[in-house]
Amino acid sequence: MLDISTLLEEIKAAPYVESSIRTPHCGVVQFNEELQPGSKLVGPHGNWREKPGTVLATIDRERCMKNVNALEKGELVSINAGLSGQFVEAGTEIMRVRHFLSREEVLQIILKQALYLFNAPEKAKYYFVPAVDVKVKNTGPKSVSVHDGMELFIISRMKREMPLRYSGPDGVIYAVYFSVNQNLDPGMPLIGVCPPSQVGQIEEVSMRVQTEWPED
Amino acid sequence: MEDKKFHQLQERFNYMNDILAGKNNENLRLLSSRLEELAARLSSLGQEEAWEAVKTLEDLFNFVEKKIEAELTPMDKVRIVRNPQRICLRDILENVYDNYTEIGSMGEHSIDPAMLIARAYITRRQGKRTFNQSVMVIGHEKGHGEEIRNGGSASPWGNAKALHYMKVAETENIPIHAFVFTPGSFPVEDSPGAAQQIAKNLYEMSNLRVPVLAVISEGGSGGAEAIGLADRRLMFSHGYYSVISPEGGAAIEGNVKRGPRATPELIEKVAENLCLTAEDNLRMGYIDGIIQEPELGARCHHFDFLRQLRQEVLRATDEIVLEVRGVEPFRSMSRRSRRKKTREGLNMDTVHMRWNLSPSAQERLVERRHKKFRGLAQEAFLDHRTGWDQFKSVVSDAYWEFGSYVRYDLLRRRQQNISNFLGEMKSETSFFLKNQTAPFRRLFGKGKDSGVKKNGDAEKQLTTLSDWSDDSQDQRGRWAYISPKAKEDRAVVCPNSATHGCLDMWARDLYGEFAGVCTHCGHHFPMEYQWYLYNVFDHGSIREFHGDAIESKNPLDYEGFSLKLEKAKAATGLKSSCMTFEASLHGINTVVAMLVGPFRGGSVGAAEGEKFILASERASKKRLPFLAYVHGTAGIRIQEGVNGVIQMPRCTMAVRRYIDAGGLYLVVYDTNSYAGPVASFLGCSPYQFGIRSSNVGFAGPGVIQETTGAPIEPHYHSVYKALARGHIQGIWDRREMRFNLHQSMLTMGGRNLYYK
Repeated sequence: MLDISTLLEEIKAAPYVESSIRTPHCGVVQFNEELQPGSKLVGPHGNWREKPGTVLATIDRERCMKNVNALEKGELVSINAGLSGQFVEAGTEIMRVRHFLSREEVLQIILKQALYLFNAPEKAKYYFVPAVDVKVKNTGPKSVSVHDGMELFIISRMKREMPLRYSGPDGVIYAVYFSVNQNLDPGMPLIGVCPPSQVGQIEEVSMRVQTEWPED
Repeated sequence: MEDKKFHQLQERFNYMNDILAGKNNENLRLLSSRLEELAARLSSLGQEEAWEAVKTLEDLFNFVEKKIEAELTPMDKVRIVRNPQRICLRDILENVYDNYTEIGSMGEHSIDPAMLIARAYITRRQGKRTFNQSVMVIGHEKGHGEEIRNGGSASPWGNAKALHYMKVAETENIPIHAFVFTPGSFPVEDSPGAAQQIAKNLYEMSNLRVPVLAVISEGGSGGAEAIGLADRRLMFSHGYYSVISPEGGAAIEGNVKRGPRATPELIEKVAENLCLTAEDNLRMGYIDGIIQEPELGARCHHFDFLRQLRQEVLRATDEIVLEVRGVEPFRSMSRRSRRKKTREGLNMDTVHMRWNLSPSAQERLVERRHKKFRGLAQEAFLDHRTGWDQFKSVVSDAYWEFGSYVRYDLLRRRQQNISNFLGEMKSETSFFLKNQTAPFRRLFGKGKDSGVKKNGDAEKQLTTLSDWSDDSQDQRGRWAYISPKAKEDRAVVCPNSATHGCLDMWARDLYGEFAGVCTHCGHHFPMEYQWYLYNVFDHGSIREFHGDAIESKNPLDYEGFSLKLEKAKAATGLKSSCMTFEASLHGINTVVAMLVGPFRGGSVGAAEGEKFILASERASKKRLPFLAYVHGTAGIRIQEGVNGVIQMPRCTMAVRRYIDAGGLYLVVYDTNSYAGPVASFLGCSPYQFGIRSSNVGFAGPGVIQETTGAPIEPHYHSVYKALARGHIQGIWDRREMRFNLHQSMLTMGGRNLYYK
């Protein structure tokens, strides 16, 4: 059985993801002179993430200058300064950056390990079957037990309706990820299922993450 | 009573303060101190003394207003028309017309509260009889600063509504009165799209078969043109009519993109340079008359002005009707006497004239409208054609017209009739013979298919795969023109590499063999216009006309522009951004007007407009297809002011004449095409295509963001979006343009093409 508290403690001990920035191809590297270890970095941003992240370095191959941008918000850990102005091969590590996990990301990590996600098979609107729907509305999703092969959803698309059976481990519905009349793309989660014994534990951890996790 | 009067004086002071924006301090300081002084002692004065004091101050106000009026700058006039106290369309409907019903709006419950439509009538009396004369009133509503009115900036669907009711007026055979109170069109591309809708409006308005009168208070560029194409254009004396707002012009002039705004001094200077006042526009011939306003502009309490407006509107509508009705000498005489009488104080309310037109008068009306706009802006470009050149041009025009008539109307029709007759006879005979000889054929045992020659080619075509070796679509990288960029020894990165994983390309390959197209994702890098000249049309078939004869100039003596223009001419070797030529494509002759991006961003001014019109007329006379290839255009050339913006209706009308004559008008957009040209003579084509990776739209992302306050999603102007909202009809690969153009020429177009 998954020990959620231990998992949370592990994340707390190292509340970030450290990754290396590598050259996309060979070329002469020049680092952004404004950056020092400890500098804050910005990832792609804007409404459509259309604005690129902080320029970390430039790489010049065959008189074609290309920027190497930060892909996530974070902090610069180290710069391989000896490579500045040098020709490097593709895949050479030029920097290390640290991305601090956000509250949402921590929750996702925990839920990903603790819950079984049942995904939408096709682009459509999804509803619970009437019996389940009544139960969800009256007593909440956690009161609904599901088992493999149970007729749980109705898929509705352009006036075509058909039943969808749940397949996966037995348990209770911990979270519902769709709402009425919402169009879901294939692969988007519909529900998260966990064993009944873990419901309380997940709730508690989730609450602790929400209240205790520092975020700037 | 004196309190009310005093309050009015305070309001007059605030108004003056607003329109002068802190200038003219001396006068305003004097008024301010006198107001304060009077306010302090007003309560202590007796009634008669107070009245006297207020009266004296009022006289001072009148004096100062007169003084300020004489010193008003163009930018002051811009502030006057934007002031919430200025008269708006509802004031006009209330006071100029005797009765009206608003159509399709109840305050904010309207498809676009900035565009107001009303069916109205004016009552005129002749003797004891009264006549209610109906009109369709269409105009922008600023609503004295009401937020929902968006400052009179009509959205695309507002302009669509205006067009709808113009067509209704045409059906009902009643005149249209258009009141232009707009700083510009709302620049969103949501369907139907700002540019596309303005183009549609212009195209339809050019041939409206009812009198159209436009009255301009604030004529901001494309937004004004969307309803302003009229038989008579009047302007308020304190109004402005311009290609761009002075603020927009100053932002371009000062190269201000984000952050600090242009300085007030620069904005003042640009407003002066743009020649946007009523006097300027009358001098240049873009309006037909000025309606004099009271000092410092008309506000809603100026009832005398509204009465005068009614008279002017009546007179102008009568004149439009008189010009196209009856026999010419009588019409002229009547018009002259009427104008004379009006000056002497003839009350137009007591003269009745029917405003509905007979079919022949309607035709004359449209003809006159086209003639009027064709004759505009003739002084705004350099015409190097000598008298002899012009004589030759007249002769060749007549020759083409007559030749085309003889060749394609007379002879070909006869020839077609004969060939149709012979074809019919042949099939009849073969059918008869087949029936008669059937028994003999059966007797001698010949099969059903005997006599039918097997066509080897057809069989091969049906049973084998396509052979690309002789296909003209793919020239296998052997292009007739190679971009100079291919000479550089460097790698080029595709802008889609992050999302599509495109590999870097060597410039020599990319700009040479690959024709500027990414081999992985198909992104089209911009290419020089010469690439198209050499690789699209038949080798050696290009014959340029009016190349050096018509040249761009600086008609407004816009400060610093002459030098920029000379630089552009020297850098490109062209005289304007429009290159017109005849060429052939797979043997089909065609007339091409090309807007060249490197020449002042492909912007359109008077010279470009004239060349475009001449090209369309040439295509019409020679019965050739007409192609507008837009290598790139940034819009109307702002430094030419209204000389530029007037090309929108002028060129659209020329295109309309060409299409109505049965031609094929094709538009192909490349790189970036924005603003006025797209919102008029390019956007009105029924056959518009975009080269892949190009952008088409009305205003650039910066302008949209500033106007709407909302961020613009990436690729907002891409051709794919334009295709999705129905602006363009297809997207072409650059390498297949020759094939696609030929295909279009064979499958599209009207009845009067020489090769059909």
